[in-house]
Amino acid sequence: MDMVDTMVTMNTMDMDIAASMDADMRADAGAATSASGMATGAEAGAGASGTVAGAGAGLARNGRPLPEKIRAELRRNWELYIFVLPAVASVLLFNYLPMYGVQIAFKNFVPSKGIAGSEWVGLKWFARFFNSYQWLGLIRNSVALSFYTLIFSFPLPIVFALLVNQFRSQRARKAIQTISYAPHFISTVVVVGIVSLFLSPSTGLYGFAARALGAQPINPLGESSMFRAIYVASDVWQHMGWQSIIYVATLSTVSAELLDAARVDGASPMQRIWHVELPALRPTMTILLILSFGSLMSVGFEKAYLLQNPQNLATSEIMATYIYKVGLGGTPQYSYSAAIGLINSVVNVVLLLLFNAASRRFGETSLF
Amino acid sequence: MKKKGPFASAPNEIAFRAAVCAITAVILLLTAYPLYYVLIASVSSQQHVMAGRVYFLPMGFTLEGYAELAGDGAILRGYANTVFYALAGTALGMAVTTPCAYALSRRDFWARRWLMVFFLVTMFFSGGMIPTYLAITKTLGMGSGSLVMIVPFCLNVFNLIILRTYFETNLPRELWESAQLDGCSNARYFAVVALPLSKAVLSVIMLYFLVGKWNDYFSGLLYIRDEKYLPLQNVLRSILTRTEAMAGQFQSGTNIEALHRANLIKFSSIVASSMPMMALYPFLQKYFEKGVMIGSVKG
Repeated sequence: MDMVDTMVTMNTMDMDIAASMDADMRADAGAATSASGMATGAEAGAGASGTVAGAGAGLARNGRPLPEKIRAELRRNWELYIFVLPAVASVLLFNYLPMYGVQIAFKNFVPSKGIAGSEWVGLKWFARFFNSYQWLGLIRNSVALSFYTLIFSFPLPIVFALLVNQFRSQRARKAIQTISYAPHFISTVVVVGIVSLFLSPSTGLYGFAARALGAQPINPLGESSMFRAIYVASDVWQHMGWQSIIYVATLSTVSAELLDAARVDGASPMQRIWHVELPALRPTMTILLILSFGSLMSVGFEKAYLLQNPQNLATSEIMATYIYKVGLGGTPQYSYSAAIGLINSVVNVVLLLLFNAASRRFGETSLF
Repeated sequence: MKKKGPFASAPNEIAFRAAVCAITAVILLLTAYPLYYVLIASVSSQQHVMAGRVYFLPMGFTLEGYAELAGDGAILRGYANTVFYALAGTALGMAVTTPCAYALSRRDFWARRWLMVFFLVTMFFSGGMIPTYLAITKTLGMGSGSLVMIVPFCLNVFNLIILRTYFETNLPRELWESAQLDGCSNARYFAVVALPLSKAVLSVIMLYFLVGKWNDYFSGLLYIRDEKYLPLQNVLRSILTRTEAMAGQFQSGTNIEALHRANLIKFSSIVASSMPMMALYPFLQKYFEKGVMIGSVKG
């Protein structure tokens, strides 16, 4: 509310300036707008009037006619509207347009008829999914994978940051961080490639180690019981160092004097971590936890898909990979696949609410 | 040597320091060794690698793997495609995201709140894989060309928020106000003042875009049907799986030479495809802390 108020005052100021401006200067500004693209200028104007209408109540009280307000804002900030235009266009086309397309989950989508022309079939596809023998397993696999990923990749970067923070030499810290970031910059294809090279029972390091210990190596990638462990471990390997950046940055704001004071008062190293360093991390942890709830929605299609093979499907087939196969593999079943996608989103929202409730209960913080 | 604190020599302090050093060393070893192993295996004779004799230094040094890559048309084309997609995609992404982030950082910009909601919604809701695929290929007609690898999702909301927060907190409002009094336009201020003052964070965002585009496998999988547009990651994947199929045939022992060659190419293609990004990030490392988005989602 106070934001709107300040804007009103600023605008009034601006208008006084505008009033003292002579007419041909304004005409110049107008010419500049049209020179930089008539079409974009017009669109920016349309966008502005929409938002101004939203704030309408606050402005009408001011007693001045709305169109003048709009013109003043445009005169002052027309460039900013052009600045946001490409971004708005991109998001409209690539994020909002697909949302409009979600309706095919309730239709029998035929590409030649288009989205609007295809006929409605109600909940046909949803019924089909819940009548299939796989549905429970798919949801269970997705939820389990999100859950394991969260419980390992959330706390471990914090532990690592605490370790890094015990080093006070800047050079040591930098070296540790450089090494720990490295895996973050390689692609999922490469990570999966390295995993399969290493876990090969005949020619991989795992195979050599197992034989050296006198065991008969199995093929871990072909065991459905190993899939989640491999997925989560490689995730931690790849991203732990990177995800600790923010904690290391936060810890560096804890003053050395505070830690020394704790030490003089007889706090053991673990007590210093527990009573000084961890409390300093708490706000950061809360925010990142909330953000990771958000990313639960999209447990990595890429890695699950790349680690998949016919032997580990029992645990590696998650909603996202199934959606891909149904929608784009063999004969595309667009509508059925979109329906499963919608179910996936609903599951994610339910998960988000559950995690949120848990964090409100145990961590005294929450998203809503 | 590091300056010792007053109680640094107490037994529990020493034990603690030793434990910290040991655990950190183990973690760093676990992190770095796989990468190091791939590197040495890519220049070793596979006869030694596959028998489990290469652990610390290359054995039977050879550059044949890289020589073979340099003569492989599919890899070279994938490499060239990815260089093009990554550079063009990064340029477009920066061009779309930066001005928008600047506009959103201006408190006197009217549409700012509504636009922020407009962008944030996409972080929590999406159309899903298939509706997105249909929108891009059918409605927008972008399927299967280089365009689909560059243009879609050129606005990244995460990067947008990082940049907006940076502009908001690091460009004093007084600076704009005085520039404005001197008759500076928005566009001029953005180009002459805001951008040069933000080089560090811009270079980090650029790296994010670049790494994202370079490592993208999903777009190629979904949209590219014509081999000549395939990006590097997808070519790499097909090499890795093709040789797996060969490993199956090898059991008979007839084709050991081919198996060695295939394994060597696996290692060297992994190194060759990861090298550019691995070589790049240490230069920007000192700016990374600026590129993390603490407390930035303020609605």
